[in-house]
Amino acid sequence: MNSTAVAENTNRMSKEELLELKEAMNQKAMTKKRIKTATTIVANIMVAFVVLLPLLYAVSIAFMPSGELFTTDWNLLPKNPTLQNFKDALTKVPLLRFIGNSFLVAGCITIGQIISCSLAAFSFSFLEFKGKGILFMLVMATMMVPGEATIISNYLTVGQMGILDTYPVLILPYLTSAMGIFLFRQFYMSFPASLYESAKLDGCTNLRFIWKILIPLTKSAIGAMAVYTFINAWNMYMWPLLVTGSDSLRTVQIGISMLNSVDSQSITTMIAGVVMVIIPSISIFIIGQKQLIRGMFSGAVKG
Amino acid sequence: MNQKKAKSGRIEPYLYIVPSFILFAVFLFYPFFKTIYLSLYKTNKMGEAKLFVGLQNYIDLFQSSSFYNSLAVTLIFVVIVVTVSMLLGLITAVLCNRTFPGIRAFSTAYALPMAIASSSAAMIFQIMLHPTIGIINKLFGTDINWLNDPNTALICVAILTAWLNSGINFLYFSAGLSSIDETIYERASVDGANGVQKFFNLTLPGLSPIMFYTLVVNIIQAFQAFGQVKILTEGGPNDTTNLIVYSIYRDAFFNYRFGSAAAQSVILFLIVMVITLIMFRLEKRGVKY
Repeated sequence: MNSTAVAENTNRMSKEELLELKEAMNQKAMTKKRIKTATTIVANIMVAFVVLLPLLYAVSIAFMPSGELFTTDWNLLPKNPTLQNFKDALTKVPLLRFIGNSFLVAGCITIGQIISCSLAAFSFSFLEFKGKGILFMLVMATMMVPGEATIISNYLTVGQMGILDTYPVLILPYLTSAMGIFLFRQFYMSFPASLYESAKLDGCTNLRFIWKILIPLTKSAIGAMAVYTFINAWNMYMWPLLVTGSDSLRTVQIGISMLNSVDSQSITTMIAGVVMVIIPSISIFIIGQKQLIRGMFSGAVKG
Repeated sequence: MNQKKAKSGRIEPYLYIVPSFILFAVFLFYPFFKTIYLSLYKTNKMGEAKLFVGLQNYIDLFQSSSFYNSLAVTLIFVVIVVTVSMLLGLITAVLCNRTFPGIRAFSTAYALPMAIASSSAAMIFQIMLHPTIGIINKLFGTDINWLNDPNTALICVAILTAWLNSGINFLYFSAGLSSIDETIYERASVDGANGVQKFFNLTLPGLSPIMFYTLVVNIIQAFQAFGQVKILTEGGPNDTTNLIVYSIYRDAFFNYRFGSAAAQSVILFLIVMVITLIMFRLEKRGVKY
């Protein structure tokens, strides 16, 4: 409509008409942009649905009465949602105990790693000592050894130490990590050397420097480490499977596999258990996502 | 006084690294060498080295068809997992490259699999792939016993693993995409390049440094799959999902052949090391920053 108006009055184009033309072009660009955005959103919804399908399906089944599950019809959503499965899961196995165990183990591992890694990274970045280069290389080299390749020897070691089936055996091997030392060191190296020197001149001890200056300055790295470490510890499977035997010490991932039996009645119970176990790690991930991305990738991309 | 300070100054740096190094020594260096040592022995049921046999454990492995099978299965598995998870990570990252309403929710969704345990995910997939009530058979109108069919079991375990790994790949690729200079796209648009051309000529080369790093991490990660195999298939049917870590586990804790399991661990370590070194060699030549 606008274009015909413009065509009629081409010989005497006023300022107004020029503005109108500009607006029309703008609108065209806007529509184009809107279509693009709409396509992006539609594509995202489709892909996100596929990616989230396993989780959505699990949540749906967790609320489904077990009778509803056994049908050849479509049963994507529960017709009569129920909380019974969650109750069953909690009574069938000591799920709360497992969750508590996992919180304890993952919490200790997270705090331990942050302490041991920031201490080591401090020494590697601010202090001079003999063999520093070689020792740091050694730390980096450990990243090449897959944990699964040493797990048998570790199992035999802790067996000899007589700590099988205890809390320490779940925690001790994971109290430090080469990746953590590397990450913190990357952050510390970005601080000017004068920061440490002037603190020294003011009579600040090393521990005080770490506690009062380094830790507050590296909150984002610590946050990233905490989220990453906690989630990994929460999701540990092979090590707890090997070194714990009694119910009272089981962590969640081993614990829920006790709900895993082919007996048809228990499928919904099992999935309800799985959902309960996934919730803590997902929540921590969602809360800490921003920290995680900022802390881990700000350094990683720059190289 | 000064001397004392200098002395403590010499020891002090080590004090900060001691906690980490004690742990590395006990749970990494020592077991690393112990694994090599064990691989040269026949052991008793307690895992104590009893009889020195030299390289016999390795010779036995390389003469057993089940070990070759395990290696072959692992390689196929790694290829599927790495391809699918990197593709998924790339597609999702590209979808979230330009800002639009709701982008944060979608980003969270795409990264989410990284927060989920292999064991939990395996239990969900077990129901999804259930022959009678599973959503997959309903969706495709098929009647396949996915996890008990030697033709499909490995693919299912691989897809599950790819899904788990895709979350962190999304983050890697998103970080990579955001570091590409926007103006090169504008210039390309002026030159009349279409979306596909821009993707292959600008986006992919721009991603190559992070792509490379992601590839190495993905390969190493894929070699270590265990929980999903244990829960979904226990290595079966007919050993078609007997991945190397599961094979190590089975040899050590079911057959009590710790020597053979240790030898397989050493081989796993060597494979991972060689792949890492080759990749870093190639990187120096191929990738342009």
